[in-house]
Amino acid sequence: MTASTDAAATTPMGYGSMRRKEDARFIRGKGRYLDDITLPGMLHSAILRSPYAHARIVSIDTSAAEAHPKVRAVVTGETLTGLGLAWMPTLSHDVQAVLATDKVRFQGQEVAFVVAEDRYAARDALSLIEVEYEPLPAVVDARTALDPGAPVIRDDLDGRTDNHIFDWEAGDAAATDEVFARADVVSTCDMLYPRSHPAPMETCGSIASMDPVSGKLTVYTTTQAPHAHRTVYALVAGLPEHKIQIISPDIGGGFGNKVGIYPGYVCAVVGSIVAGAPVKWVEDRSENLMSTSFARDYHMHGEIAATADGRILGVRVKVLADHGAFNGTAQPSKMPAGLFHVFSGSYDMPAAHCSVTGVYTNKAPGGVAYACSFRITEAVYLVERLVDVLAKDQGWDPAELRMNNLLRSEQFPYTTPLGWEYDSGDYPRTLTLALEKAGYPQLRREQAERRAAYERDGTGTLMGIGLSFFTEAVGAGPRRTMDILGLGMADGAELRVHPTGKAVLRLSCMTQGQGHQTTFAQIVAEELGISPDDIEVVQGDTDQTPFGLGTYGSRSTPVSGAATAMVARKVRERAKIVAAAMLEVSADDLEWEKGAFHVKGDPAAVRTMNEIAMAAHSDLELPEGVEGHLDATCVYNPPNLTYPCGAYVCVVDVDPGTGQVAVRRFVAVDDCGVRINPMIVEGQVHGGLADGIGMALMEVMAFDPDGNHLGASFMDYLLPTSMECPSWELGETVTPSPHHPIGAKGVGESATVGSPPAVVNAVLDAIGVRHADMPLTPAAVWRALRGDPLRTDLAIS
Amino acid sequence: MSTPTRTGTSVSMTVNGKQVDRHVDPRRTLSDFLRRDCGATGVHLGCEHGVCGACTVLLDGRTARSCCTLAVQAQGADITTVEGMADGAELHPLQEAFWKHHGLQCGFCTPGILLTVQELLADNPDPSDEEIREGISGNICRCTGYQFIVDAVRDAAAVLRGEKATEAE
Repeated sequence: MTASTDAAATTPMGYGSMRRKEDARFIRGKGRYLDDITLPGMLHSAILRSPYAHARIVSIDTSAAEAHPKVRAVVTGETLTGLGLAWMPTLSHDVQAVLATDKVRFQGQEVAFVVAEDRYAARDALSLIEVEYEPLPAVVDARTALDPGAPVIRDDLDGRTDNHIFDWEAGDAAATDEVFARADVVSTCDMLYPRSHPAPMETCGSIASMDPVSGKLTVYTTTQAPHAHRTVYALVAGLPEHKIQIISPDIGGGFGNKVGIYPGYVCAVVGSIVAGAPVKWVEDRSENLMSTSFARDYHMHGEIAATADGRILGVRVKVLADHGAFNGTAQPSKMPAGLFHVFSGSYDMPAAHCSVTGVYTNKAPGGVAYACSFRITEAVYLVERLVDVLAKDQGWDPAELRMNNLLRSEQFPYTTPLGWEYDSGDYPRTLTLALEKAGYPQLRREQAERRAAYERDGTGTLMGIGLSFFTEAVGAGPRRTMDILGLGMADGAELRVHPTGKAVLRLSCMTQGQGHQTTFAQIVAEELGISPDDIEVVQGDTDQTPFGLGTYGSRSTPVSGAATAMVARKVRERAKIVAAAMLEVSADDLEWEKGAFHVKGDPAAVRTMNEIAMAAHSDLELPEGVEGHLDATCVYNPPNLTYPCGAYVCVVDVDPGTGQVAVRRFVAVDDCGVRINPMIVEGQVHGGLADGIGMALMEVMAFDPDGNHLGASFMDYLLPTSMECPSWELGETVTPSPHHPIGAKGVGESATVGSPPAVVNAVLDAIGVRHADMPLTPAAVWRALRGDPLRTDLAIS
Repeated sequence: MSTPTRTGTSVSMTVNGKQVDRHVDPRRTLSDFLRRDCGATGVHLGCEHGVCGACTVLLDGRTARSCCTLAVQAQGADITTVEGMADGAELHPLQEAFWKHHGLQCGFCTPGILLTVQELLADNPDPSDEEIREGISGNICRCTGYQFIVDAVRDAAAVLRGEKATEAE
């Protein structure tokens, strides 16, 4: 588990654990996050939000706020209508109100924007704005959204008479029906993946600065996708794209929360234009939880079919997806349910089918966030729960059932019944390692003994063992199938080696703590033999970096990592030509050994990268057509996604008297192919495992029947602390991605995807209940132990 | 925001060893005071309702939620923020250990946790893992899953007890 950290003191010339370059500033308090930035003359702002989930706006009176001595501007939907900005496009071909004009559609929705001299005055002025609302009945439970007579939320859309957003399906329905018809056993389970929130420690914010002289708009903002933001601003605001500069400073965690464009960002731009000064907008925690991108909220009706001897034949699922009041889900354009159709998971099954229906409700927009890899959290939860339900119904061991159905390594590349081509994996080896690390047979024996003691004299806690084997699909993606608002999901890299052999790498992805400044330097180091310490990694500034789609969906290593390796190889090819000129031999006569070219068979005739870099900028005569310098650019359009996998084993103790769950052990074996920096991979996995504990046991965004948000602070929206997390026990197998230039797969979201079902399976295994919905709070577990409702009422009504 | 208000109250305190005298509104939070008036932007705001701990500073040697403290309440106090931990170029052993053990990712919770741990180790120089976890349970981290933070604290405690040499950068 900590094998890597001791090695972290040394700097490798490529892959391996090394200390992070970015830490030097963070541990000194010298990071530069959005709210740390102050521009000359900068003003501050605050947003007035709707107290109602659904209400018609009768009138808005801003006169008292405008009269406040420190207020410089008040922006309403009416102001924005004049600029054509009252509504903005979402990443799902819908529109979202920037500031409400006709009515409000969720509690916390943006109604007015105040620009003032300081943030205290801006907040003061909010209470001076008078808004008259006419409350309307709210749609809160997605299961009633399509009822005849349900209040129509989106009457702004032409001809809209219901709350239906889309129907979408994948897989072969007939083939799936056929395997279900001939199956010996079928298990069915209704489950809710409740609405949660990524809740990064740093909330969202933006500083917009419109220079009236040059007409240039500079926006410092918490964005995971700065280039996409620039293009969207250009398209929406009608500003020329070369006059827009987006700068993403240090980001205090993203987790998918910081992908989209929020109304506050647009308001800051308008505020800067109206007030003639830079305007900072930073939301508070409640605003973050109430109005920015939520995650999950999938109601799933799942079925799994198998033969009597435990061979899985198929999975069938119907999903009702609650998207809130605007369909703002961030995902590839052609995939309204993201990559949910990887739900056949890690198993060799002949058929699978899903249908997904999206509905509007009176809640904030979002859906795809929180390390979900575009709905793979939901897909993995579904199949890993179904496998456990099947095992329980049939009295089978869940580990054995999984092992017997896992794809075998010789089946890769494997095309799933839903059309994905998994690149590689050695699933039985990965699962075997996890079971060995956990001591699975001993755990089952201990469980049996403790259960016997409990049943004999009612003492002790109930022990549960939960498994999850997941296949992720990350690295979106091939541009023929995947785009964001028409922008193909490729990523750029630019590498420049300076005359003295130091280098700068410019990337389109954007770290939010994942360690890119270190790991991407390591990729270049591995390819060119330049020390990672001598490579500066630049991200986040659209004026300085090549175009690309940003960091989310664990796509940085698969796409930008590939681009980095490719651009380094281009530079190496140029270096070869230069070295050949230096040594007065043909390039074909040269051999590369990390950091230098030498003449084949003559290791003494050698030129190092340092020497080559200087020569490339010197008066050295180069072959015709070779311009000198050592730089290159590359755009990487991935041929496929990468498919990392993992086997997780969770052990819990449940207090039957209180329903309290303690996670005693968590064994996680991840296979993400080649590991660039094992220490950083482990840190990524640890963080994701904590997410799994949070989602399984604590986190939920609940609403009351009027649509009031019941989880709008950290007093109510509970995140795991050090007390809920055990000491993680990690393991690894390495099955490289065959199509990736360095064999690496993404991993950042694996643990968040894979761990919730392991925890839930463990708790349900402990209490002997077939299914109960997350979060398995003490109250929920206590109720489930008494045979009470299996679904979390709180989360859906 | 950094303009002193004439109508405000005057406060004096020591911030990282430097005397600071200002006029502030009575309602100005200590966190805003430190961030915006003293330039100590290592003090972070994660919730401003006292739960996350990102704004933790040392006030007369004890941890305080600076978002739930008014600047005027710190009158006469000796404040340490993360900026005051290193001795010039030389990192505090805790900072060194967080670096070595990968106890941070996005870095947003880091300053608050470093100060919480400083208090923890002052009270208990040789904490068990359980005591470390309890000690940092008022600081939320979204990135690390806490394990490497615990490792870092354990290691730093040994260094501070003189049992291990501080590793050079």
